[in-house]
Amino acid sequence: MSDVIKQYPAKPARVYFYATCLVDLFYPEVGLAGIQLLEREGIEVIFPQHQSCCGQPAYTSGLNGQARTVAASQLELFPENWPVVVPSGSCAGMLRKHYPRLFAGTGLAEQAEQLAGRTWELTDFLLHVCRIRLQDHGEPVKVAVHTSCSGRREMGIADTGPALLAQLDNVELVQQARPAECCGFGGTFAVRHPEISAAMVEDKARALDDCGADQFVSTDCGCLMNIDGFADKQKLATRGQHVVSFLWQRSKGGTA
Amino acid sequence: MSTATDAVKHFTPRARAALDNPAVRGNFRKAMDGLMSKRQDAFADWDLEELRELGAAVRLRALSRLPELLEQLERNLQANGIQVHWAQTGEQACEIVRDICVARNARTVIKGKSMVSEEMELNAFLARSGIEALESDLGEYIIQLADEAPSHIIMPAIHKNTTEISELMHEKTGTERSSDVDYLTASARAQLREKFMQADVGVSGVNFAVAETGTLCLVENEGNGRLTTTVPGCHIAVTGIEKVVEHLADIAPLLALLTRSATGQHITTYVNMISGPRKTDEKDGPEEVHLVLVDAGRSAIYQDRELLDTLRCIRCGACMNHCPVYTRIGGHAYGTTYPGPIGKILMPHMLGLDNTGSLATASTLCGACAEVCPVKIPIPQLLQRLRSEAMDGDPQRPATVAGHGSKRRWLEMLLWRGWTVFNSRPWAYRLGTALITRCRRLMPSRLGAWTRYRSAPRPAAQSLQQQLRQRQCKES
Repeated sequence: MSDVIKQYPAKPARVYFYATCLVDLFYPEVGLAGIQLLEREGIEVIFPQHQSCCGQPAYTSGLNGQARTVAASQLELFPENWPVVVPSGSCAGMLRKHYPRLFAGTGLAEQAEQLAGRTWELTDFLLHVCRIRLQDHGEPVKVAVHTSCSGRREMGIADTGPALLAQLDNVELVQQARPAECCGFGGTFAVRHPEISAAMVEDKARALDDCGADQFVSTDCGCLMNIDGFADKQKLATRGQHVVSFLWQRSKGGTA
Repeated sequence: MSTATDAVKHFTPRARAALDNPAVRGNFRKAMDGLMSKRQDAFADWDLEELRELGAAVRLRALSRLPELLEQLERNLQANGIQVHWAQTGEQACEIVRDICVARNARTVIKGKSMVSEEMELNAFLARSGIEALESDLGEYIIQLADEAPSHIIMPAIHKNTTEISELMHEKTGTERSSDVDYLTASARAQLREKFMQADVGVSGVNFAVAETGTLCLVENEGNGRLTTTVPGCHIAVTGIEKVVEHLADIAPLLALLTRSATGQHITTYVNMISGPRKTDEKDGPEEVHLVLVDAGRSAIYQDRELLDTLRCIRCGACMNHCPVYTRIGGHAYGTTYPGPIGKILMPHMLGLDNTGSLATASTLCGACAEVCPVKIPIPQLLQRLRSEAMDGDPQRPATVAGHGSKRRWLEMLLWRGWTVFNSRPWAYRLGTALITRCRRLMPSRLGAWTRYRSAPRPAAQSLQQQLRQRQCKES
């Protein structure tokens, strides 16, 4: 984790919003919540047309050529030197940590490095760049946090979700067993090794279900789809939501 | 190597069997939880990041000068009276050990724990030459009784609980059944003690070989390593060529990292520094000491600037202790000498990507291994590299790993081609998402493996981009 050394910029006037493909197709409310949270902080949010996927599924499958084709189409969406904010630790990690490696030695290397340097995960950006202050308008609730592995280890955001929840007066943070353990999603891993993935998500969903939380929040839609999909099929009581939707729901209607 | 490659090809069914076995899962979960917390406690008073930086730097410095350090090591070992042998393959290494045994008319060999000797399949080789090899590390002793391979590189019998061990010892050695670990250990010790006295040759591994002094460093907890290397008249150490370090002082940070990362110990009970055979004025120690330096694919790894990070490994096993996949399926499911994350990045070089089945893909790339690795091997990055080697279809690119391109399947490539068009052409993405959101109710509720355990994800009625376009229209 010492590898994650971050120099936060001053709060900018404008940011690019990179929604990610899972948010676009399956969790659009997360994207809207993220945009609204940023706008409430007085930031103009630019949503580049033509954004799709960061290329991570191909990259983690070892298909560098395909990943590069998709990633190259995304690289050109952010021409101005504004921060790129992503509501996902995993996709932010792809832009920040893996684009430089993917494009090393190509004509796009400099552009990839430049983009990597201004890519931020959304909760990190809200907490440390916007220095957001959240006011809670919700009922008392107990919440557990699942931080994605790439969020935790590539983006160094293990503490940002809990820190934001701590600003909400009626939210009690509950600790699950083995919080740092992977949920078993891993992109195509869940399809290539379904039994191992199932054993992992079962343990994760049950840890969240057993910890006394009313619900859990996650920083990544991939983990959410995995854990919540399992909880739904097994009819577990504790269900999940993206942390950004949760923060917006609790705090909309007033700012401190 | 045919047995080894056959085993690894059956990774998935073995993993399934392990997942379905509550005893195996329970044994591993309990053991790994214990090891993780011990490691954390052991580093509590240290600046771990600084120490890992130092450990990585020491290993990188040694690897950057590997060829000359190996030559220096050979000169200094020889000056100390240790005979040095070079083996290109595991089989050659076995032949060297056998020839030394034959020259001494040796019939019995006592062994300290050595993963390189497992890699060489030394015991089976010696047995074919009529030489009996007996494992003296308690864990290795147990799995030798059971005729199994190690399931962990540090704790080879970790997959067995006390009841299973008691039953095994009763069946194979007549030891009375007992749940008392001390009793079982004492019984094994009594049997082994006799074997130590009778053995003609002792075979051990090496943790670090110091080039500057010609010293072999060996850590262990049971004293069996000390006995193996001092009681028989001849000691043969076997090791991989990557284990060399430059200076004696380099041992200090590496030892501090190794024992804490492996078992959470501040230091092992025994730290052996072997610097030569018995001198004329000495009363004990072996008359002959040999070192067999084994390549077995390592120099090929060394040729690649990225993959050579694999060779930093000091074999502590922390990566497997912290691996969520290893914890679920245990070491035997891998079917390889080295299981877990280090096995996944090392075995493809030894067996070829085509012979290591789906090992490289059996990881979520969660990074828990790299986070704890004492020498900071970027394991997820190396896994990604091996996956790309296995999937590469470019015949122009030089193959750095055997089995290059062997996992490329035309049907899967067709799907990826579609995926690439969908995500890199704006018209395709727009058309595709419009179709998916409009036909969301037609989405199948069964999506293969995913929905065997989870509900199917349902696309939104309107994608975010569709909603934002409407929002923009309203505003303008």
